[in-house]
Amino acid sequence: MAQKHVDLNTKVIEMRNIVKRFGNFTANDGINLTVHKGEIHAILGENGAGKSTLMNQLYGLYKPTSGEILINGKRLEMNNPRDAIAAGIGMVHQHFMLVQPFTVTENIVLGTEPVKGVRLDMQTARRNVQEISERYGLSIDPDAKIEDISVGMQQRVEILKALYRGADILILDEPTASLTPQEIVELIEIMHNLTADGKSIILITHKLKEIKESADYCTIIRLGKYIGTVNVDEVTQDELASMMVGRQVTFVVDKPEQKPGDVVLEVKDLHGVDYRNVEILRGLNLKVRRGEIVGIAGIDGNGQTELVEIITGLRKASGGSITINGVDIYNKPPRFGFVNGVSSIPADRQKHGLVLDFSVEENLVLQNYKEPEYANGILINRSAIHSFATKAIEKYDIRPANCEGRPAGTLSGGNQQKVIIAREVENNKDLLIAVNPTRGLDVGAIEFVHKYIVEQRNKGKAVLLVSFELDEIMSLSDRIDVIYSGKIVSEVAGKDADENELGLMMAGGGTHG
Amino acid sequence: MDNKRTLLDVIADSKFIHTILSIIIGFIVGAIFLVVMGISVTDAYGTLLKSVFSSTKNISYCIVYGTPYIVVGLSVAFSFRTGVFNIGAEGQFVMGSMAACVVGILFGSLPSIILIPLCFLAAAAAGALWGVIVGFLKNKWGINEVLSMIMFNWTAFYLSNYIADFPAIHNEGSAEATRNVSEHARTLLPAGLIEKFNLCPTANWGILVAILLTIVIYFIIEKTTLGYELKAVGFNKSAAEYGGISVNRSILTALAISGALAGLGGSLQLLGMGGRISIFTSQEGFGFAGIVVALIGVSNPFGVLIAGLFYGALTYSGGKLNLVKAPTQVVDIIVGTVVFFIAISSIFGAVRYLKKSPQKGGR
Repeated sequence: MAQKHVDLNTKVIEMRNIVKRFGNFTANDGINLTVHKGEIHAILGENGAGKSTLMNQLYGLYKPTSGEILINGKRLEMNNPRDAIAAGIGMVHQHFMLVQPFTVTENIVLGTEPVKGVRLDMQTARRNVQEISERYGLSIDPDAKIEDISVGMQQRVEILKALYRGADILILDEPTASLTPQEIVELIEIMHNLTADGKSIILITHKLKEIKESADYCTIIRLGKYIGTVNVDEVTQDELASMMVGRQVTFVVDKPEQKPGDVVLEVKDLHGVDYRNVEILRGLNLKVRRGEIVGIAGIDGNGQTELVEIITGLRKASGGSITINGVDIYNKPPRFGFVNGVSSIPADRQKHGLVLDFSVEENLVLQNYKEPEYANGILINRSAIHSFATKAIEKYDIRPANCEGRPAGTLSGGNQQKVIIAREVENNKDLLIAVNPTRGLDVGAIEFVHKYIVEQRNKGKAVLLVSFELDEIMSLSDRIDVIYSGKIVSEVAGKDADENELGLMMAGGGTHG
Repeated sequence: MDNKRTLLDVIADSKFIHTILSIIIGFIVGAIFLVVMGISVTDAYGTLLKSVFSSTKNISYCIVYGTPYIVVGLSVAFSFRTGVFNIGAEGQFVMGSMAACVVGILFGSLPSIILIPLCFLAAAAAGALWGVIVGFLKNKWGINEVLSMIMFNWTAFYLSNYIADFPAIHNEGSAEATRNVSEHARTLLPAGLIEKFNLCPTANWGILVAILLTIVIYFIIEKTTLGYELKAVGFNKSAAEYGGISVNRSILTALAISGALAGLGGSLQLLGMGGRISIFTSQEGFGFAGIVVALIGVSNPFGVLIAGLFYGALTYSGGKLNLVKAPTQVVDIIVGTVVFFIAISSIFGAVRYLKKSPQKGGR
């Protein structure tokens, strides 16, 4: 744990008994929040608990129905984000708001550009940007275009943007959702640099490990209600989790020892290119057998995405072979792989996993709508689909109940993922590919997803798990293959895996490849 | 009062009500222009109403005018629902019309029961072909379908003029038009019937085809696996592809069906009303009217049926505005305003906030 910079004598934010109602729905029901100078304060809650609503009130996007907000001891009424920015509050949203073709400098100064007469003074802008970037140890290239830099770098730009506008209080909304493990370490370091300089940070998250690693205090919200504020050093992750969901959460998955069976998926010497036509898979070999979970650990951009796209038929490979139970599926259309035993939980659930405008029941038969169970010849059998959906909604606890006819886009992220899991598990194929299956989900939903992935393995299916969450890979996998630069560079048994060692191999060090 | 859906909520959420509101606003805006021009609003709108409902003849005129609009509207609505924007309905309509014309002239001796279906078939095939070529260009070389459709509209325009000049087709007299299609190809109602009910001279049974097509399209979209596929591709290509649906084939199918409908619209217009094709001097605008009709009908087949009749009635009655010295363009203003407000109909959602105002200052 890094040293603390909290100044308990100076309260920068006090939100007292905040109530926010939308119609007859109460999103925040008497929430208290106190943040001191130099403090990292985590706000923990499940999806839909009311975290964002609370922060949007602090940032001037909503007005509280009742309750008061004090900034630096003064009671303020904020009508819009401009008022919040004037009060020294900056917010970094989960989805970045950057102009892609603009440079880093242009983005940071956007809206507050220094001018010389009527002309933009980019020289000064650039100097100012460099100055604050050095001051907080947020090194960036001020002339790089946003579209050319990594997600981690883009986040730095967002933070710099807030700092450039004079923010003393930073709200970070799910800042680690799309970062690699290394980038997360760097972000935590940056956060500590900022607090050392007297800034305060509010961290919205549902990742317990990061709270333990970075935050000083943590306020827990459940179903819009204030549960409590704890000193992070005095609680365990398990305690935080049960405060968040209101029941005991088990992180240990029930995974009996079992001997893997026949090979289901075999990939040999696979070559492929990415969207820029640059070779990204360089002779990859992989085997997944019945009754085992093989985890692919690696830093984003080493070919994982392309590997899965090629296996599922969404991308063409440029060499090698892929078989499912001995059947050649190399460069065959998605349908062919599906028929021969490939099912998958795609990385982007809203792009590939679901048709958001379709109802839940229509989404549940995305691959099977033509099968005799759900269609009579050319006619769709609505009642058969409906009764299948009713069963799936109950079995997989998809909420709200009776959501068969609701557009999938109206469900929460966790429930959207449950729709996909329900569909893919019910497809009952020999191979299940899961890509970042718990991204953006809260603890309760993660537990659920993990349970079903392991259950597939226990039933004797082959599971290929691709995830940027090293913890997830380590807790689920029977075998871990480390991918680096388009190849599997090493293989370790899941139970022997060591986080540091894996991290090193993922970065291309300490391998024998 | 808070936990019940108020009337304002219903208004805010219903697409149907948004459309009705848009139409009302359209007539209000039209009225404003009439007032500015010093023309009595009651006279002008009275003329519109009278020329629609005053006699069976007028009603039949409106239906005859509306028939091709319904079918082209279906074509565009179907394309909206399946994620391709068929701005090429104009060209497909022209091709369908010309195909039916050629068949109706060259095979004029065949009996009606064979000739008319043959004309329809030729029209549907020509329209479908015009749509499929565009889809093929898009799938094969990634050529933007909107651009190629606009060019194909002009290609159809000049091709139609070229074909109309062929000696075997061209009018023997001095008229710049084709010959009339064979009487066997016409879909006109029997003369006795027209006389008995005092209908317009071009009263035809095309409307029955339009209603049938409306039902068929509704059925395809809502009840078949094909409709499911096409809609999935329309909503989200990536997910459809992931689910094993061939996106390219779906786009071709959607364009073929949409094109066939536009082509059929052309044949219904030709066999019912025109009877022959003139050498065009400008695009006739049926395809573009189809976009308007699809928008007013909120892309729902039955909505399109009503919207097509509405559009037909406005077009017919608009011509009668001269009687009160009002310019026929008033109708264009009305239609333009209606489409404008339908396009921004989400603003009607704002009415739900009206009820909040009385609570202001309550704290």
